[in-house]
Amino acid sequence: MSDLRSLYQELILDHGKSPRNFGKLADANRRASGNNPLCGDKLTLYLRVEDDVVRDVRFEGSGCAISTASASMLTQAIKGRTTQAVAALFDRFHALVTGGESTSGADAPELGKLEVFAGVREFPVRVKCATLVWHTLVHALEHDGGEVTTE
Amino acid sequence: MKDASVNAATPAAFDVERIRDEFPVLNTTMRGKPLVYLDSAVSAQKPRRVIETLRNFYEKEYANIHRGVYELSERATARYEAARETARRFLNAASTREIVFVRGTTEAINLVAATHGRANLEKGDEILISAMEHHSNIVPWQLLCEERGLALRVAPIDDRGELIVEEFEKCLSPRTRIVALVHVSNALGTINPVRELTRQAHRCGAVVLLDGAQAAPHLPIDVRDLDCDFYAFSSHKVFGPTGVGVLYARESLLEALPPYQSGGEMIESVSFEKSTYRDIPERFEAGTPNIAGTIGLGAALDWMTELGHDAIATHEAELLAHATAALEAIPEVRLIGTARHKAGVLSFVLEGVHPHDAGTILDHEGIAVRVGHHCAQPVMERFGVPATIRASLSVYNTREDVDALVAGIAQVLRVFRG
Repeated sequence: MSDLRSLYQELILDHGKSPRNFGKLADANRRASGNNPLCGDKLTLYLRVEDDVVRDVRFEGSGCAISTASASMLTQAIKGRTTQAVAALFDRFHALVTGGESTSGADAPELGKLEVFAGVREFPVRVKCATLVWHTLVHALEHDGGEVTTE
Repeated sequence: MKDASVNAATPAAFDVERIRDEFPVLNTTMRGKPLVYLDSAVSAQKPRRVIETLRNFYEKEYANIHRGVYELSERATARYEAARETARRFLNAASTREIVFVRGTTEAINLVAATHGRANLEKGDEILISAMEHHSNIVPWQLLCEERGLALRVAPIDDRGELIVEEFEKCLSPRTRIVALVHVSNALGTINPVRELTRQAHRCGAVVLLDGAQAAPHLPIDVRDLDCDFYAFSSHKVFGPTGVGVLYARESLLEALPPYQSGGEMIESVSFEKSTYRDIPERFEAGTPNIAGTIGLGAALDWMTELGHDAIATHEAELLAHATAALEAIPEVRLIGTARHKAGVLSFVLEGVHPHDAGTILDHEGIAVRVGHHCAQPVMERFGVPATIRASLSVYNTREDVDALVAGIAQVLRVFRG
């Protein structure tokens, strides 16, 4: 039960139930979809990027509590950041949930609330749920459009 | 003496604990809790009989088959062919010439699509499947349709997850050449009236393939009574090893088919100008087959036959009734698949909880269930859910397993509802 609680922390349950920044973004200029066919998680991420800064971001779709909470908290974490800072944040986040080493420098943004996903590393099959939206984000920023899939 | 004769006429009481003792893995723990294995529709666990057959074969009898002049190879060949006879008996086929060993149900269906389909269907012909097929009984036909300009028609299902027989009839036409149906649905548990459906398909001149992957572990199968043309099932779901399966094919049809894969084992003679092929069924078994796996399958089928299909069915029906009532008593549970004629599959969703989250929490309680689309995405779409939680019952499951699932669901709801 204790490591279950570390996975399903209150903050994650809250964002899973009531995701923030949920819905389409009318004036988006970047978009990508993510699909985890293994468990049926599907989401679309909309971004408005100006002067290399994420001005606005929203998402829609359906998925498990981990993937929904991850998407919801991502939207809060990246708004207002440069694309370079977003990439460094992903690197840190990825290291957090996989138990790996982050290669981003000391000037990379702090994870802050995203630290709540640390419990995911005890559940290897759930890492894809937590990272789906981040891979989708990278795709949206680099390619705009299209779909990433975990399989 | 009188007592003894009475005892002989009474079937031995079904002793699930004795059966569980034959499955070593069922005595292990997961996450520090006794394993509750409710995922036999994905793959069944293996009884000691099968495990020891594999071990004995590799230790004492292993050689390649159909080629050695020495005794060891002769013995291995005899064991392999004995498994063919066991499979014939299991399906009540007329002849071992109708039993082709393949890698599993998926390969069996691909074999029929690639040989019978390519040889007999032409542009404008139709293939009819149902809306509850596993991907393995959809995609091979889709590929064939794309290649040959055929139409794939889909007979719909109702809200209980039953095939709508009148609609099925309407989907049949003189252009229907193949009807491919699942005997028991893996995602819903529905048992289809395949004997009647086969009769209707034959009236239109179509050949019928039945996907028996989920039926073979639960129901007695008689291909002559069903009158189907092809029947496929996998070893690993009937307590046998992975990587082997059976394709039954009506002899007259099989004889007319061109080769599937080609190479060694399946040839009669080879020259650079022309090769000739062996008789059925070897014509369809190119290369060294899964010899040990096939012999293990034979052991598994013998084990099931000794247990008796009636005893298996009675035990599973009792468990299914208990499980259905227990799940229906939980307000947050919505069962997906409530056919009147059903095998031991309980597919459900929990209000406010994604199946994947439920699966993780159940796993924490040592309970193994499947969560996801069960390789039946069109079924998920039909019921408007992205995925389900599926508990599947087998002969070694108990009421305590079901009760553990119910307690596990309560735990899921506690985590998510506070």
